[in-house]
Amino acid sequence: MEHVSNWLLLAPAGAFVVSAMLLFVIDSFDPESKHDTLLAAVTTAGATVAMVVSAALLLSGVADPGVELFGGQLVVDGMSLIFTFIFGSVTALVGLASADYIEDLPHKAEYYLLVLLAATGMSLMASANSLAVVFVALELASLPSYALVAYLKTNRGSVEAALKYFLVGALSSSILAYGISLVYAATGSLLLPDVAAAAGEATDLYAGVFGVGILMVLAGFAFKTASVPFHFWAPEAYEGAPAPISAFLSSASKAAGFVVAFRVFVVAFPIDTVAASVDWVLAFQVLAVVTMTLGNFAAATQENVKRMLAYSSIGHAGYVLIALAAFSPGTEGLVLGSGMIHLLVYGFMNTGAFLFIALAEYWDVGRTFRDYNGLAKEAPVACVAMTVFMFSLAGLPVGGGFISKYYLFAGAVGAGFWWLALVGAVNSALSLFYYSRVVKAMWIDEPDEPRDIEGYPTALYAAVVTAAVVTVVLLPGILIFDNAAFDAAAALL
Amino acid sequence: MLIEALIALCLVGAAVVFLAPNRFAHKLAVGFSLPPLVISLYMYFAFDGSGNALLGGDIAYETFTQWLQLGSYTVNYHMGLDGISLPLVVLSTILTTLAILSAWTPIDERQSQFYGLMLFLEASLIGVFGALDFLLWFVFWEAVLIPMYFLIGIWGGPRRKYAAIKFFVYTNIASIVMFIGYFALVFGLGDSVSSTGLPEIAQALRAGQLGSLGIIGPDALALGAFVAMFLGFAVKVPVVPFHTWLPDAHVEAPTPASVMLAGVLLKMGTYALLRFNFTMLPGQAEILAIPIAVIAVISIIYGALLALAQSDLKRIVAYSSVSSMGYVILGLIAYTVYGVGGATFQMVAHGLISGLLFMTVGVIYNTTHTRMVGDMAGMAEKMPVTAGVFVAGAFAYMGLPLMAGFAAELFIFLGAFESTVLPYAPLFTAVAMFGIVIVAGYLLWAMQRSLFGPFRLETDYEIGPAALHDVVPLVTLVLLIILLGSAPMVFFESIQDATLDIVATLGGGI
Repeated sequence: MEHVSNWLLLAPAGAFVVSAMLLFVIDSFDPESKHDTLLAAVTTAGATVAMVVSAALLLSGVADPGVELFGGQLVVDGMSLIFTFIFGSVTALVGLASADYIEDLPHKAEYYLLVLLAATGMSLMASANSLAVVFVALELASLPSYALVAYLKTNRGSVEAALKYFLVGALSSSILAYGISLVYAATGSLLLPDVAAAAGEATDLYAGVFGVGILMVLAGFAFKTASVPFHFWAPEAYEGAPAPISAFLSSASKAAGFVVAFRVFVVAFPIDTVAASVDWVLAFQVLAVVTMTLGNFAAATQENVKRMLAYSSIGHAGYVLIALAAFSPGTEGLVLGSGMIHLLVYGFMNTGAFLFIALAEYWDVGRTFRDYNGLAKEAPVACVAMTVFMFSLAGLPVGGGFISKYYLFAGAVGAGFWWLALVGAVNSALSLFYYSRVVKAMWIDEPDEPRDIEGYPTALYAAVVTAAVVTVVLLPGILIFDNAAFDAAAALL
Repeated sequence: MLIEALIALCLVGAAVVFLAPNRFAHKLAVGFSLPPLVISLYMYFAFDGSGNALLGGDIAYETFTQWLQLGSYTVNYHMGLDGISLPLVVLSTILTTLAILSAWTPIDERQSQFYGLMLFLEASLIGVFGALDFLLWFVFWEAVLIPMYFLIGIWGGPRRKYAAIKFFVYTNIASIVMFIGYFALVFGLGDSVSSTGLPEIAQALRAGQLGSLGIIGPDALALGAFVAMFLGFAVKVPVVPFHTWLPDAHVEAPTPASVMLAGVLLKMGTYALLRFNFTMLPGQAEILAIPIAVIAVISIIYGALLALAQSDLKRIVAYSSVSSMGYVILGLIAYTVYGVGGATFQMVAHGLISGLLFMTVGVIYNTTHTRMVGDMAGMAEKMPVTAGVFVAGAFAYMGLPLMAGFAAELFIFLGAFESTVLPYAPLFTAVAMFGIVIVAGYLLWAMQRSLFGPFRLETDYEIGPAALHDVVPLVTLVLLIILLGSAPMVFFESIQDATLDIVATLGGGI
């Protein structure tokens, strides 16, 4: 029976794989399928199963303490389940919304397939307990992403963005691989707990090699999470990609980068022992401050809404970096858990915001703030949803974003890093400026010329409204997840 | 559970009205605003609380359940009313219904969105006055900004976008300053508190359990937090010199939004001052008594002088609010039963009176399309009832006996004169009383110019008496003002009961 329950723990990742394989089968029998509803339904259903199963496993406490599989290469614990839940929910929303978005485009099955394979890679990243698995899972998540960004083949912006994303991604993958090899050279192991065990000796004997290795690993993750200074691919990629893919990358892919960073740094490089070699907490403090400040200021100067959201997502990466920047082993994982909660809420509000962009692209209303003028007259419900996303991202208490930011900042203060919380709070207050510009355009400004919106795409609407409802419900409803997140973080220490 | 029912009814109403077609929106909104009104009146009559909710009194209609847990702090869903918050909840429901009634004429586009936002605003306001946990309270406090931002920004006058953004940014920055101030206190209390609840924090602070925060000692911390919270709330009240958002917001806002803004939103500031600064940190209030009283008196006199200098009726009423809120601050800093009680009573009285004046100006504007005192004369001839109501409202403002303004100001002056906490209290009171003279000056002048004399207003449209649906809310408000003025005990009894504990620490006095 032991075996059965262990396999059950991998069911969320299994759900992604199985539905991906199912799409393979459908595509081989019926290439260029006209049944695009079926494809979207398989994707959404698979992702929903992954989401529900991981939530059930998480809340039932089966994976507490974590269970190691395949000789310790994978570990399923609270944190991996929380992140699999995030990937499942984002993928489900994206799959649902894509049904309308890619209605008239070719290669539908491939599109959904790549989304599901990327999600599989992400859920493996969440469970990866060895640097080798980290690298393989990261590539499994990244390669489909490059292709997805280039999905609009005839659009120069899309192709350019994909090329940029791919080149920078390939470079950072090689940096990560080199960093991993240096860590292996210093510690003689790829398994995270073994690396931790050998860390003390490595710090004494090979401080330089080990330190450079850690820094290179850090750089690799900074790329994946779009943290400054490895962020410059992100605005291009998010802007050029089809909007549902931007949603997928900026929510799920970013969260995947963070889960690996959380696990690798907290488990493999215990700060007490490696501080003599490289103080990664200090590095993350610099990253956090620079990332949130630069992301917010760059977002404030944009005229293009999608690009503004891209920079805002860099700013949010900065907030989550507080989780590692304010890390100290004695604090029962409050900050770390807060980071997870923020990513969970962010998964809904940011995905929803990008899906609203998808809706606007579907209607062809244009890209700038100005083009959104007066949109609320034609589409009040979608605009209410977008208003919820914007205010929640800004940290106003209409959605879960308020609580999760409060957690992060309070956690940072509790850990003694009040100045990090202050920088975060000031940035958060400033961010209201550019988020409210969208709201003002939609509701208050008059359109330059009258426009007609043709049709209200059901699936896309359903995805946007669902994301909005969940964002609002998470304000009181965060209590379902907060203890699980804090326990998961505490279990990691 | 009654408070939750009130909020839920408003939210359901807001959602239904928002999605309803424009032509039904007004009637639906009136319909949805009635059950909360009835329930709040029932809550008034069935009220069984006593004492102050923050200082261990019996809380009425209480709900308490754990919401969140962060480290050693729990955040609870804690709702309940005492003698201070009950009148304000009743004021919110009454004014919302009347403001919705009065919106019939001025709001002629996107009605369903307008009324949906009004009901959402009502829900948030009830939450602000009912919440007894800081984080829960803050959720509602910030939520109030959102509908008001849209109400000004969409249906406002020519400079509405500027006014809406200014209102939003000003009050939001103030909120963050206040938020930091409060949490400095929570962290300063350290292990002696286990939640962010207002009663627990207030009692721990009054028991002197505040410790150091980093290198900041307890005394400096308390003083710093008091100043941060005072600044945060002062913007909302507003007091001079933080009042500059108010005339813009008021003048640009559509009449029903002005009614809510002056009638209830300004009271959020004074209510929070009373709940946080004056209840939790009486010692610091005593230290800062003179500066606060100076600010209050400057607000009274300068606000009134600003009103005197205006020629736009709506601006006159807007600036006079600054003056009236100054009286509230003066009453609060007096720390006497009549001072603090009178200040709370003034919140309700001013809510009704300024609401009435804004509505009247709105009715006149709907007919004449001008608000300039110089443009019109002899309006009483064409609009006798509206003019009569204007006169009644103006006299209520000046403090005519048997009207609510008289009772409120009398209590405040009595209380402030006897204050033992505020040095030179008689001097401050005497200067503040002079404000009444200026009020009389500008209101009498405005009335004489615009209402009386031979009719003069050149228009190419007909000027006639206001419609019945415009007059009903006006007359209702006049009756309520007279009721409160002739029987102040209706509210003052419960207010007094809840304020006794606040003033007791500092010697009290009547």
